Amino acid sequence: MPSPKDSYEEMVKGLWRENPVFIQLLGLCPALAVTNSAINALAMGAATTFVLVGSSLLVSSMRNLIPKQVRITTFIIVIATFVTVADFTLQALAPVVHKELGAFIALIVVNCLILGRQEAFASRNSTRVAVADAAGMAGGFALALFMLGCIREILGSGSLFGFSLFGPNFEPWVIMILPPGGFLTLGLLLGIFAFVKERRLQAAQATADSPAERRAA
Amino acid sequence: MMVTLGIAGLCSGLAIVGIFLVTQPMIERNRAAALEAAIYRVLEGAKTRVAFVVREGKLARFESPDDSLPKEEAVYAGYDPAGKLLGFAVPAEGPGFQDTIKLLYGYSVERSRVVGMEVLESRETPGLGDKIIKDLDFVGDFRDLAVEPQIVAVKGGSTQENEVDAISGATISSVAVCNIINEANARWLERLAEAEEAAAAVNGSSPDAAAAGGAGSRGIN
Repeated sequence: MPSPKDSYEEMVKGLWRENPVFIQLLGLCPALAVTNSAINALAMGAATTFVLVGSSLLVSSMRNLIPKQVRITTFIIVIATFVTVADFTLQALAPVVHKELGAFIALIVVNCLILGRQEAFASRNSTRVAVADAAGMAGGFALALFMLGCIREILGSGSLFGFSLFGPNFEPWVIMILPPGGFLTLGLLLGIFAFVKERRLQAAQATADSPAERRAA
Repeated sequence: MMVTLGIAGLCSGLAIVGIFLVTQPMIERNRAAALEAAIYRVLEGAKTRVAFVVREGKLARFESPDDSLPKEEAVYAGYDPAGKLLGFAVPAEGPGFQDTIKLLYGYSVERSRVVGMEVLESRETPGLGDKIIKDLDFVGDFRDLAVEPQIVAVKGGSTQENEVDAISGATISSVAVCNIINEANARWLERLAEAEEAAAAVNGSSPDAAAAGGAGSRGIN
């Protein structure tokens, strides 16, 4: 029986330490494609969260009923159903956002992050831990998208959430809201993440090494 | 194995049909509302509208019990508060730079001019091609635009009444918009001219008056 602490652990790891976009490099297609404004990034994050948490819940609660040979097919059916639900709901409640995101809502089905979590985690763990893991991963994904979206919107349109930040004299850096801007921003962020990780590792090694050296001396 | 897949498929199908039934009316309403709002924007001053659909090669008034917009292809006559016909709003679509551009434009038969244009759906390049929606100078060029011999997008300042200033960096999208309207004009203008009398007879100022104007639409049936 997993303790509440375990599920908390599972949830937090996805947010930062195992962030799907920055560390695992999963789901990069939507991360590049729809992050040209903060609001689009948030909507995409919310839709993915809904699909990931929903399918993890269902898959983990049915994990003993699904025969091994057809598990992937079943996962895809479950995921596709949630995506269709999200698609129709967005279209009904937020037509403007749906128009902006276009085909990328339907493409959540093929987001490898979602299928990956089902196969690697939800199908092998209890419902509670699986949902915690899904929420953490989805949160980390949404956070990454939101960071990309904010940076690209501020530089590319000079605004945030549609509100102008710099006044009329600001010349928007249009390339940032075009596809190359997505690659530039993601590349820089990945670089920063890798750099920080490296430095931490070195620092940890230094502290681990020094007592050993003293003992040797 | 088969049973599991069958059950999964069945459940998923039921769920999708359920959500489709719930959301479909809302989606339709959103679309209709967006179109309706666009009609009043491309026909400046219009407060009411009447839909016309093609019946036996001619335009006939579209009647529906709840005054909803027709699902088939249609043009929309717009009226000012006094019930005077201002023009027709015509939906049109055609290839843009990346994908189909769908737009709605206002046309006044009386003056033979395009009086407004709004892009409804497009996937033009953000920051460049999508200026056909946002660039006020470009959209403004369609407020009073001659259609003879045809609309052309020119670079470096329009001088003629049938010319639009192409947006620099979005020349292909600008030309595409002009071509879409030209093609739609070739299709519709004759019919609109035929239908104008009937449409003018429809007094759009109130539902009752509009119903009384049915005599006019019978004329072209």
